[in-house]
Amino acid sequence: MKKPTDVVTSMKNIAESVYTSILKKKQPELTMPLRALNNVKYDPKEGYFELLGKEKERTLTAGTIKTFAQTLKMMSLSKNLVETDDIASKREAYYISKNWGPARFNEQPESDAVMDDIEAMMEVNREQIGFIPEEKGGEIAGKLVVVDKDQDTGKELKIDCTKFGSGAYSIPISVEHLKFETDAKFILAIETAGMFQRLVKHNYWKKANCILISMGGVPTRACRRFIRRLADSKKIPVYVFTDGDPYGFGSIYRTLKAGSGNAAHINQFFCVPQAQFIGITPQDIVEYKLPTHPLKDVDVKKIKDLIKNDPFIKHYKPWQKALEEMAKMKVRAEQQALAKHGLNFVITDYLPKKLADQKSWLP
Amino acid sequence: MAEPIAVELAKKQKEIGVAEFFSRNRHLLGFDNKKKALMTTIKEAVDNSLDACEEAQILPEVSIEVIDMGNDRFRVIVEDNGPGIIKKQIPHIFARLLYGSKFFKLSQSRGQQGIGISASVLYAQLTTGKPAKIVSRISPKYPANYSELKIDIQNNRPDILNEKEVEWNKEHGTKIELELEGSYTAGPQSIDQYLKQTAIVNPHVTIIYTNPKAEQIIFPRATDILPKKVQEIKPHPYGVELGVLLDMLKFSEARTLRSFLQTEFSRVGGNTADEICKNAAVLPDAKPKEVSREMGEKLIHGIANTKIISPPTDCIAPIGQELLEKGLKKEVNAEFYTANTRPPSVYRGNPFIVEAGIAYGGQQSAEEPIRLLRFANRVPLLYQQGACAVTKASVQTQWRSYGLSQSQSSLPIGPVTLVVHICSVWVPFTSESKEAIAHYPEIIKEVKLALQECGRQLGIYIRKKKNVQYESKKRGYIETYIPYVSEALQELLKIKDSEKKNVETLLAEILEKTRGTIEAVEMENLEYDEEFAKIGKGDQDEETN
Repeated sequence: MKKPTDVVTSMKNIAESVYTSILKKKQPELTMPLRALNNVKYDPKEGYFELLGKEKERTLTAGTIKTFAQTLKMMSLSKNLVETDDIASKREAYYISKNWGPARFNEQPESDAVMDDIEAMMEVNREQIGFIPEEKGGEIAGKLVVVDKDQDTGKELKIDCTKFGSGAYSIPISVEHLKFETDAKFILAIETAGMFQRLVKHNYWKKANCILISMGGVPTRACRRFIRRLADSKKIPVYVFTDGDPYGFGSIYRTLKAGSGNAAHINQFFCVPQAQFIGITPQDIVEYKLPTHPLKDVDVKKIKDLIKNDPFIKHYKPWQKALEEMAKMKVRAEQQALAKHGLNFVITDYLPKKLADQKSWLP
Repeated sequence: MAEPIAVELAKKQKEIGVAEFFSRNRHLLGFDNKKKALMTTIKEAVDNSLDACEEAQILPEVSIEVIDMGNDRFRVIVEDNGPGIIKKQIPHIFARLLYGSKFFKLSQSRGQQGIGISASVLYAQLTTGKPAKIVSRISPKYPANYSELKIDIQNNRPDILNEKEVEWNKEHGTKIELELEGSYTAGPQSIDQYLKQTAIVNPHVTIIYTNPKAEQIIFPRATDILPKKVQEIKPHPYGVELGVLLDMLKFSEARTLRSFLQTEFSRVGGNTADEICKNAAVLPDAKPKEVSREMGEKLIHGIANTKIISPPTDCIAPIGQELLEKGLKKEVNAEFYTANTRPPSVYRGNPFIVEAGIAYGGQQSAEEPIRLLRFANRVPLLYQQGACAVTKASVQTQWRSYGLSQSQSSLPIGPVTLVVHICSVWVPFTSESKEAIAHYPEIIKEVKLALQECGRQLGIYIRKKKNVQYESKKRGYIETYIPYVSEALQELLKIKDSEKKNVETLLAEILEKTRGTIEAVEMENLEYDEEFAKIGKGDQDEETN
């Protein structure tokens, strides 16, 4: 990933090209990759959504001058942050823009969009240009020692994730500097905080010798990067456990494993290609006779969309089959539905059985 | 034995004189109140003067003087340079109701029924007891005649109080002097407004007006060209009603029905006459005087089932698109004008033409309903707007598609003055006071078509204007954000202040090229006459009808 000095240089280059155009009396242009699923391809060898060539151009015209001014002002703010080793949250950046007179942002989504444009333009992650999200990164419990630094002294700080009792360690927003110590056999990434709590309460990590991570829905970039760095550096497998619905498959698991359209320019770093899906599969619903909910219209639509447009799903036959099966069954099941067979059924039966049977997984 | 009551009642039953009838029903003639009475009197006198001049092909010059006598009494003197009236006719024309030439012919004229001026004489007589004083001269070779006239109300006959030859400095013309009860106010329904609107649609007329404050206002003629002399036409069969037909048959000198149809109607030749008779199942060589009511009815039916070409239209003279626009420009200082004249059309066998013009923008209020000026045969219609076919057509027109706002069944809102002129050999008014045009579907349709054409032109203009506004907004937009582009570049590249200034100059230049060019859409109005526009615009609220 780019170093801060590179980031500053690359920002200056962009500004320089704008300046040169103006001196030549030409309309300056900003170019950025188009960040959408239709501009990515999936290559299992690479393991993540890779950008295709489509680009978005923003030419300075009477109509675009406001956004143009905002983009340059935001870059200037970012340069300042990087140079002073400071950060601003997305919300803070929005408030800073209130000093920009008529060029200020009226709502935060506007400033978020400009921020996304800048990171795409420079092909960096927003943390690298000094902006941090409001969202939490995810929670960790289990056989892991995270090596961080003391914010004041810079001294090494060892955090033992087995010592949070019924609580958990929070993944920080920036994870690039972290080091890990572990002898765990695998990482289990869990969709819901509820299921994570159950597994923590009963010290599942102790029994299974693993690291538990709560993603809390679609994993944040920090969470993805954390799992990736941990799995890469310790060479341990990653298993993913979500609800049995199109959102769990197509949004949570797919984003963790291959990245997202919106982050297409940085998926390379923010994905976990070694992740494997252990449940809940449509097959599980049948096998474990799980209580279900009927699919909503949005679910049906999402299934169709995934099969038709998602480069990841399109690449994997087993996923297409699973989704088609679910569409036929017209039902979905939550992780907690396993409680039908007893509160600890998931620990005593489901997980051991699933982990032992690779054929019941999905790629 | 007592006589049956009917015999007693019969003693009280007698003919009602037409003058007597109108003396009790003066509102039917436009004398509802003092203000309107003064207005109507002037209007009738001026209408007559203009009709007479045009018929004689004389460029009209009319002077109007209104003198406040106190106690709500006014003396009105109207003088023209028309052909004059021969001595014998003077009493009949001014002191006898329903006497005149215009009722019997079909041609475009201001007066129609022959009631107007004599009704004013009657009203003056009723309210002040004073006679009408007339001076008229037909040629320099003849003396000028002076008469003092009253109306014998019971018999509808002139009562000549005094008659003599007088010295008059005019070669020909007529002057009438009346004293009547009235009230004088400013505002949209004032005499000033009426005369001004008359000047707008009659650019060949010079009007010299002295108001009760003794201020003289002159509306000089804008053109020396008289309106095309209109032809008198015979009625078209489609417009005739049974009673009229029977009367015509009775008085016709034609020997056969076939020749009656040919000579008394327009657009009926031998073949058409035969076809009408065939369709009516009556014999073409029947004697007109012997046609019965039943046969008359058959004849009407036959006419309806025969295809007859439309009446000739050279009998009507519209103002014309150019003069209408010119008149509007004089009255309203707007940014955009358009006008159009429809081709002739026919209602009930009467040919008519509709013209419309629009003045948009300028100092006119954008928040109020549009101002509608109605004219019939070049006469302004100031009262009863709500009852008029023109209003109905204006309300039914979809102004929203032309860029004005409009709520259901009301006039549109916007900075617009709308002029609609209807000319016809017979304008169908809803009442004798000639204030509103009757709702004939053909007329409403034609008015709508004329308005739609105006609307289309207006819509094009409004859209153009919006584009211009958008472009100028864009210009402001550019100027607002350029400093932030240059400021950011300075922060990122640490350029000097002078270089930053340079960036701003260059950016303004670059962006100017990307903008659309502004088309000059506003028209310059050289015709506008501020003094003229002020006339008749008092604070007086519009009278509600």
